[in-house]
Amino acid sequence: MLKNLCEKMFGRSLWVYHANSGGCNGCDIEVLNVLTPYYDVERFGIKLVGSPRHADVMLCQGPAMRSTGQALKRAYDAMPAPKLVFAIGSCACGGGMWFDSYSVLGPVEKVVPVNYYIPGCPPRPEAIIYGVAVALGLVDKKVAPVEFKQIEFPIPIYHPDDLRRDHGMVVYEKLKQV
Amino acid sequence: MSVLSKLEETLICLKAGRVTLPYPAQARPVPENFRGRPIFDATKCIGCAGCANNCPAREILVFDVCQEIRILQYLGRRCTYCGRCADVCPEKAITMSLEFENATNKISDLGQKLDLFMSTCQRCGRCFKGAAALEELKMKGYRSDDIPHERWIYRADAFLQNEPENEPIVEDIQIELD
Repeated sequence: MLKNLCEKMFGRSLWVYHANSGGCNGCDIEVLNVLTPYYDVERFGIKLVGSPRHADVMLCQGPAMRSTGQALKRAYDAMPAPKLVFAIGSCACGGGMWFDSYSVLGPVEKVVPVNYYIPGCPPRPEAIIYGVAVALGLVDKKVAPVEFKQIEFPIPIYHPDDLRRDHGMVVYEKLKQV
Repeated sequence: MSVLSKLEETLICLKAGRVTLPYPAQARPVPENFRGRPIFDATKCIGCAGCANNCPAREILVFDVCQEIRILQYLGRRCTYCGRCADVCPEKAITMSLEFENATNKISDLGQKLDLFMSTCQRCGRCFKGAAALEELKMKGYRSDDIPHERWIYRADAFLQNEPENEPIVEDIQIELD
């Protein structure tokens, strides 16, 4: 009975480990801001821990650098098995503004597998809470890829395999609409 | 003495009341001048690629698949929401929205992709935005179908990629630079 109660009470209470692998501390300040009583993520059971061995979630800020990538990988390997990685900020999501410089390897997903992305430079504390709520299943994600075509162009640039040569002309026969 | 100070502390805490925001359950408005996710308006975009040239994170990509179509792709992953693209856009096709809840589990959700129609300048061979739908129909080679056989026919075989004698369509037009 106590076990059931514990599973009910302590399920989905994530213990987070806060790993900065070369960011500018902007996202760190926002993450610590989330833990303050004003935004208070401890009501979701989220707790900041000091060691990756205690953690369920790693919050990555900053890009994977040439000097810190291996350390980030070792911290990820030290976490116990059901583990999530959040990439917080545009550096961790995509490498940041200096993604192609010498010392930056790129986004953290080049080193560790990332489960959730929270873009922003830095993201608002509300955006971080929203990302955590998406991970916990409290809310649904809002963004979706946008694709717009001004015209449908006759040349099938996306399917060059379906082109066939016929009497000196190139014919595309699989096009659905005429 | 210490009891009195504790009582005083209790009074202060009672006066402060509850400060925690009920954030994910209740929406939190952003300030007026907040810069969130940029929204690309494909109907206004003229394809000048000024946003791509001014993006500090270099994440707005422009790719001309052929003479008439220009693909403008916004990746969204390392965007720092600086708003330079919206500043430099001559047609105000980019607006910085107030959306900050961009957390997702798939990074490609943040992307936006526009396929823009570009007409060709008959003098210099460079592209500019088509003015009207009628002019698009008047373009040379816009449609040259095989009507008796009800097939789509393309005069250029530049998109047959598996044949070695193909030349890219870009080289068909001699651009003089002086």
